[in-house]
Amino acid sequence: MAASKQNGTGQLAANGQNGYKVIGTRPVRPDGVDKVTGRAVYAADVQMTGLLHGFVLRSPHAHARIRSIDTSKAEALPGVRAVATADDLPVAEDKVEDLGEGAINLKYLSDNVLAQEKALYHGHAVAGVAAVNPHIAREAAELIEIDYEVLPPVMTVDDALADNAPVLLETLRTDSMGEIGSEPTNLASFFRHQRGDLDAGFAGAHLVVDRTFRTETVHQGYIEPHAATALYSADGQITIWTSTQGSFAVRGQVCEILKIPVSRLKVVPTEIGGGFGGKINVYVEPVAVVLSKKAGYEPVKIVMSRADVLAATGPTSGSNIRVKIGVDADGKISAALAELYYEAGAYPGSPVEAAANVSLAPYAIDNLQVDGYDIIVNRPRSAAYRAPGGTNVAFAVESVVDELAEKLGMDAAEFRLLNGAKENDRRPDGLQYARIGHIETVEAIRDSEHYQTPLDGKYRGRGIASGYWNNWGGQSSATAVLNPDGSVNLSEASTDIGGSRASIAMQLAEAMDIEYEQVRARVVDTDTVSYNDVTGGSRTTFATGLAAYNLGQQLKKEMKRRLAEHWEVAPDDVGYEDGVFSAGAERLPFIEAAGLVQRDEPLMASSTVHPQDFGPGFSTQCVDIEVDPETGKITILRYTIAQDVGKAIHPSYVEGQMQGGVAQGIGWAINEEYIYDEEGHLLNASLLDYRMPTALDLPMIETIMVEVPHPAHPYGVRGVGEVNIVPPAGAVANAVYQATGVRMDKLPISPANLLEAMWAREAESAELVPGDD
Amino acid sequence: MAKKIAVETNLNGEETIFLCEPRQTLLEALRDNLGLIGSKEGCGNGNCGACNVLLDGVLVNSCLVLAPEIEGRTVVTIEGIAEDGQLHPLQQKFLEHASLQCGICTPGFIVSAKALLDDNPSPSEYDVRLWLAGNLCRCTGYDKIVRAVLDVAEGDA
Repeated sequence: MAASKQNGTGQLAANGQNGYKVIGTRPVRPDGVDKVTGRAVYAADVQMTGLLHGFVLRSPHAHARIRSIDTSKAEALPGVRAVATADDLPVAEDKVEDLGEGAINLKYLSDNVLAQEKALYHGHAVAGVAAVNPHIAREAAELIEIDYEVLPPVMTVDDALADNAPVLLETLRTDSMGEIGSEPTNLASFFRHQRGDLDAGFAGAHLVVDRTFRTETVHQGYIEPHAATALYSADGQITIWTSTQGSFAVRGQVCEILKIPVSRLKVVPTEIGGGFGGKINVYVEPVAVVLSKKAGYEPVKIVMSRADVLAATGPTSGSNIRVKIGVDADGKISAALAELYYEAGAYPGSPVEAAANVSLAPYAIDNLQVDGYDIIVNRPRSAAYRAPGGTNVAFAVESVVDELAEKLGMDAAEFRLLNGAKENDRRPDGLQYARIGHIETVEAIRDSEHYQTPLDGKYRGRGIASGYWNNWGGQSSATAVLNPDGSVNLSEASTDIGGSRASIAMQLAEAMDIEYEQVRARVVDTDTVSYNDVTGGSRTTFATGLAAYNLGQQLKKEMKRRLAEHWEVAPDDVGYEDGVFSAGAERLPFIEAAGLVQRDEPLMASSTVHPQDFGPGFSTQCVDIEVDPETGKITILRYTIAQDVGKAIHPSYVEGQMQGGVAQGIGWAINEEYIYDEEGHLLNASLLDYRMPTALDLPMIETIMVEVPHPAHPYGVRGVGEVNIVPPAGAVANAVYQATGVRMDKLPISPANLLEAMWAREAESAELVPGDD
Repeated sequence: MAKKIAVETNLNGEETIFLCEPRQTLLEALRDNLGLIGSKEGCGNGNCGACNVLLDGVLVNSCLVLAPEIEGRTVVTIEGIAEDGQLHPLQQKFLEHASLQCGICTPGFIVSAKALLDDNPSPSEYDVRLWLAGNLCRCTGYDKIVRAVLDVAEGDA
């Protein structure tokens, strides 16, 4: 393996890294020019003849029974073409199905799109309007009269689990390791991972740290609001243009909600303005379809406002977490316990299971127990957010690990090296690791110029933290057409959020030994290639890249077969090297061969893959901060991330993933949170008040790409999109401790929260001092 | 429906007349009435910068300007940044530095960066970060955006 330091200087790397010609270079992405000139078409940019504009009316209450809805005044407003409520949706069954974005109860899926009996969060959709322009649609929505019976809201883990707590979903029963409860509840599920002897491990410990933590709800924060256009044609065929991480996931959900066969729905993915997990669930798509039909088969576009995006989409779970870890006198972990209480929002499905896997994953632990609780509250249905659930629990675990190292008098990196998970160690749920690069990321940070440079100054501190993410394989399909001029059209269905068209085209080019510029990758609709899982789980460059690799092998093989016929030799006698086919004295460059082999018959290839042996990713990060003792504001002075990336196909976009994940993690750590009043109203549904990091809030983010090739991928690719967001909150919290002496037990470490904690610590110290006077 | 009014403006160097409702924002008129989709709505209230345009050479959030306000004035949008069929150096450097991931914020960043460089051809890293603090990007962590702008500035110097 090689740890290649790359500070994102942006210079194009030389060809020929590790024997590769294309992989490891930094070409311009195929969609680049359209995106810097404003031509690229995103969801809200779709225009077509007769286009109507939709608007979705939302609940002003966090928890309310809907007694009646009167839409007559809205329908009567000039310019209005259709109004829809939950009554326009087929009755959904109370059953669980996997629609390509995780298992979901169909009734909940439908209810979240348009509320049936109850509004379950402030911003819950209750009706849709289509009109000739967006202003009239909005005015009409305000004329819809809804009679609500307002119910007490349940906003937190503690509210939800309190005795006599109001119940949100009357039919919900706790699933406790497969055993179904008998009473109505807000606890959707409970599970436990266990191994070894926990009590013995703690009893024999030299030192035990036991802490509880709270993290707040945060949003993915993609800059493009959700938007979709639907055309319900008079012949029954339906087309949806939408911004999504998975066009097939949209097809699956919409077909289930509307009870239509998949053959009648085509989903056309537009360019996508960020997703981070939040653009997998459908919101406005089914509403637009219903409105299009009711409006007389005219197309309807619905574009969400930013306030609606924050109030009703995303977010990821707030959580209460307890972590207890014991170590022996040498610093070796003897036992660990984690209890994870995750707020799922209005319907079951928080990322607590993934969080359990992340929790203690970086450490080799013989005696452990991890308990997970999935809890319903009056907040938006939680959606995936980059390494779902990971940041919350890593903040807790890495804070406890840091405290243990400090009390042992050990360097924080050395503690991680001593206890770090390696090949053949096991994740909390028992999954055994193949070759992983965790230790290498810790070593890369320990040996970095950053970590080796002392940090001086009052109210300054340095913290490190590690993190794990499982990554995913999933199903991909792609086709490649060989053109007579030697270029290749690559069609794939993996939404390109961060340059994946380039990284997938590069793998095809490498496999065929042709130039990157000869391959043109396009993202196509659901009628054009076969099923494809979402762009999520850091799987796209790995799995769709594998499909592209296979396409290259198939095309080469068929070209050899046809050339063998042409040259009248056996196929095995045809060689291909450095872009030239040969047999005996015959020589033919690829470009000429592409024409020759297609004189009688065109050539294309298709590939479908479902790899199971995807490789986990690890990251270790180091941050220097300074705290303003007057305001509690944290300034990020310096940040370095080391991540095992397997093999960086396009290093610039790998660095970009690392830097972007860190930036989101910093926002989560120090600023971002949903703020609700006592009645459950969201108070900060704007980008001024939901404060994401700006360019001024961050330094350059130094990247160390550690390349421990993944053995099950031809080029060693590991997913790189997610693990980078796991460590930042823990790293920042540990730096805050060094700077102030305060161990933060909650996120965000906002100025207010930090000042309060600093004042509390001063008050404690002051109470101790008088005895000395 | 409100009565539409005619607005005359210089848009990306062309004398232009268009109809709009008085309540329409410049952003809405650009996108829906004039077909210029490069300016994006990320927030609709001036917090994200995705809709930034130059109005008489001054950087503004087009979502906070009413369309009739541009009567008799000069507007440059992302569609007017490239000249004579050549990408602007900022556009070129954004591509080379991989300064965009999803790309939704990119037009706003390029327009904002152009306004900065028009005013200050040799900004420091801090100058760039301060100026671009009005533009939100959620994908990149800003590193490669700042580098691209600094690269253009150094190239011009």
